[in-house]
Amino acid sequence: MDEIRGKIYGVSGPVVMASSMKGAKMHTTCHVGYAGLLGEIIRIEGDMVTIQVYEDTTGLTLGEEVISFGRPLTAMLGPGLLSNVYDGIQRPLYIVSESGAYIGKGIRIEGLDLDRKWGFNPHKKAGDEVGPGDILGSFAETESITHKVMVPPGVKGVIKEISKGSVSGRSPVCVLTDGKTIRLFQEWPVRVPRPFKSKLPPTDPFVTGQRVFDTLLPIAEGGTAAVPGGFGTGKTVVEHTIAKYARTDIVIYIGCGERGNEMTEVLTEFPHLKDPMTGLPLNMRTVIIANTSNMPVAAREASIFTGITIAEYFRDMGYRVALMADSISRWAEALREISSRLEEMPSEEGFPPYLASRLGGFYERAGKVNCLGNDGRTGSVTVISAISPPGGDFSEPVTQASLRVAGALWALDTELAYARHFPAVNWKRSFSLYYKKLSSWFEREVAPDMVELRSRLAALLQKEEDLNEVVQVIGVEALQDSDRLTLEAATIAREGFLRQSAFSETDAFASFEKQYWMLKAIFSFLDSSMKALESGVYLERIIESPLRTSLLRMQNLSNEGFREWAEDMIGKIEKELLSVE
Amino acid sequence: MDLISREYRTITGITGPLVFVEGIKRGSFGEMCIVKMDTAETRTGQILKLEGDKAVVQVLEGASGIDRDKTSIIPTGEVAKVGVSMDMMGRIFNGSGFPIDALPEIIPEKNLDINGLPMNPVAREKPNYFIETGISVIDGLNTLVRGQKLPIFSSAGLPANELVLQILRQARGAEEEDFCVIFGAMGITSREAFFFREGIEETGAMSRTVSFINLASDPTVERFFTPRIALTTAEYFAFEKGFQVMVVLTDMTAYCEALRELGSAREEIPGRRSYPGYMYTDLATLYERAGCIKGSQGSITIMPILTMPEDDITHPIPDLTGYITEGQIVLSRDMHMKGIYPPINALPCLSRLMNIGIGKGRTREGHRELADQLYASYAKGIHIRRLVAIVGEEGLTELDRTYLAFADEFEKRFIGQGEERRTIDETLDLGLELLKMLPERELKRLK
Repeated sequence: MDEIRGKIYGVSGPVVMASSMKGAKMHTTCHVGYAGLLGEIIRIEGDMVTIQVYEDTTGLTLGEEVISFGRPLTAMLGPGLLSNVYDGIQRPLYIVSESGAYIGKGIRIEGLDLDRKWGFNPHKKAGDEVGPGDILGSFAETESITHKVMVPPGVKGVIKEISKGSVSGRSPVCVLTDGKTIRLFQEWPVRVPRPFKSKLPPTDPFVTGQRVFDTLLPIAEGGTAAVPGGFGTGKTVVEHTIAKYARTDIVIYIGCGERGNEMTEVLTEFPHLKDPMTGLPLNMRTVIIANTSNMPVAAREASIFTGITIAEYFRDMGYRVALMADSISRWAEALREISSRLEEMPSEEGFPPYLASRLGGFYERAGKVNCLGNDGRTGSVTVISAISPPGGDFSEPVTQASLRVAGALWALDTELAYARHFPAVNWKRSFSLYYKKLSSWFEREVAPDMVELRSRLAALLQKEEDLNEVVQVIGVEALQDSDRLTLEAATIAREGFLRQSAFSETDAFASFEKQYWMLKAIFSFLDSSMKALESGVYLERIIESPLRTSLLRMQNLSNEGFREWAEDMIGKIEKELLSVE
Repeated sequence: MDLISREYRTITGITGPLVFVEGIKRGSFGEMCIVKMDTAETRTGQILKLEGDKAVVQVLEGASGIDRDKTSIIPTGEVAKVGVSMDMMGRIFNGSGFPIDALPEIIPEKNLDINGLPMNPVAREKPNYFIETGISVIDGLNTLVRGQKLPIFSSAGLPANELVLQILRQARGAEEEDFCVIFGAMGITSREAFFFREGIEETGAMSRTVSFINLASDPTVERFFTPRIALTTAEYFAFEKGFQVMVVLTDMTAYCEALRELGSAREEIPGRRSYPGYMYTDLATLYERAGCIKGSQGSITIMPILTMPEDDITHPIPDLTGYITEGQIVLSRDMHMKGIYPPINALPCLSRLMNIGIGKGRTREGHRELADQLYASYAKGIHIRRLVAIVGEEGLTELDRTYLAFADEFEKRFIGQGEERRTIDETLDLGLELLKMLPERELKRLK
């Protein structure tokens, strides 16, 4: 493709117009001005093109050169992604930081270190016939993750030569008989979903270790969850906690238009935290995209696509990938800002009319799939995206557009956050569309009565809500004793079960076994004390029982040995409450 | 600099503070211009938009008096910059960086672009140095750390300024040599300006304070530049000279209103409540300049003050600020009417960096649990207080009454500390003492 050279004709914020660009293609990248800022063509009118520039445009001068290369915005996919930190257009931030604490302009660094050598272990030999997605060989990218070198989509043939041992990204790792070469890395346009054989229905849960999600509002592996909440409701902590503790192979964390200091927290914590599955440092399974709120908006717009393309690449290797996007609202705002500079007709709240379709296209890239390749492997991308609705009002366009496509809603609530009840999930407003599909998994893998306990929990919380309305009118003293007991049990369920500290060493991740036995203990307390009440025991005696306090504090016990503790506890409850005369 | 100066006398239109110029041959986005009027007066302009040979120039001092035919625009070839030097300490400048304290102009050590550059997230140092402000609700429940941005959400008539001055006066470390204050004021009244000046003089930090003051009567466009100049100066002191810089920006509401005014003059598509759609990004480029850098001694802590219109926390200005800053301190009219000072409404307050600034070795072991317990108990007390309004005291249990009494005492003693300066130990001990009012089985969060 020939280069096309034009000149800067106009500048307005992140949007630049260039003249004499005949032949330039839509959605291809250019270098703008003497500083060589990276941009993408987003509109063509005659010989004039409009470019969204991924860097600050201050100082661009009329008449400076614009060069188009005819290539779309691509991500570089290959070994070296893990434990790396990128900006929205995949520039490695650690290497950028070598030239200073601030991000300068016109920096162009490849996303992967092509000179780094890897000990390639071939799985195929010369003469083998290979097609898209077939695994040519592998090596340990980090201690926890094996990198599989795949035949890129659209390539097939017979192997003529294949390397063994030390290889770098510079030279081909495999040559086909028709002369085509395959390297350690692939380049893929970020706005195009990577191909797969077929999508699979949700069957297994995505295990977060957070009780309110796993038990009450589960999502499936390959599912999507939207997490809206006003400021201070704990969206970021939810995203961080899941990134740390979720049972998944790879985590892609996108800090999209959020705080710099929060990214620093992730960057400094992850190398010291252990992956709960492998015991190795967390950053070995993580790729971070940090495009903070003060970094250029156009790169923020690109960041979620760069992130999901990387996620799909690992999915194609057969891994379970979790993508955390914090926050989608900031991405939508970037879209709005660019749209308004283009003087497009705005729709609701100034967002462009294509907001919902773009967002839908992004969420649809999640899923569990049969990967390309002949070994029948499956992989998944689970997307959990935070939403920051203005004024905490969920009727706004970004929340509404997400609700239409997301399979679960984890609505965060200001009132709960004020009372420091975290995760501040409003269980009434939230929903999970996966629950029915996952029921058989819960019955099979956790316990036959897990689904029933979950329903009892939901009913108890609903009952509390109803009773509280009565209390609002007549006061709690006027309630029947059995109703007051129900309120007590609901308090234990909320405070003891749903509330979970992300910073507690023993409780940050709760195993399904622990979750199940906690529920068992709570309902054993409720059932036994109801019976005790019927047999004439005073309510005060039950409420002031030390058993209640133990239940309220049981979350601090660790996963190991919890079952024994709970069984013992249930024994005590029955003994103490049912044996009194 | 250009060898051949470009001078355009081709103004086609003027609207609000904006001047439209034609026939521009070379001009860059964000370039500063000299606006030369026929009265020999010169003003400062900045190129906001370029299209073909047309440019939109905003005039800092406003466009009144500009003549379409006799005024010329001279691009300088430079983006907006501020000259900085150590001599700025103790000085007072206007909102564009010119001295207004009757002393000569400073001789800059260097000229810095006021827009700065985004800090690389990987170069940031995790802020964890606890700042003891002496105020219980902040130290005990919403701890401030160096490098944090913690705004004060105030309302008309509430003592936000007094609170900020109290923090500047009491903050431990404020008497140290490496502490300095950068004060950026946008659209404040001269009464407030006096108040701050006297207040800062009282704290004894005047010789280590740099002030940039744009008064309510000063040009609106200038308000766009004031916080950027203040923050650029702060970056110079923090990261080149190693100071612990506390930046006070007031009033962010006036700043946002200036943004709205400029946006509408530029005929931009308005967002929520007519504020520009890019206000989040714009505010972020200010607030995100707070932080610490690896390998650098200094730090920038920002305390912006804003006035919530109609006491509404969901208004775009507090809302977008809260989404960017690391928490907020919210003042409440109810508390003020009750005579509680500082009138902080503790429930919506938050410090996101608290966890990394507290605990063993920094404040005290069990600080987090104590804060959570105080919050949970106070929230319950407030909830019951609301119930009482409907069902009366009779419908309450004994325990409920205890919670009510706790909430009252908590407001009176823990929050309403007045001018007293409390050490962190005093604050935490008081918290524990207050919790003794409640039965032990209610204290689920304490270990």
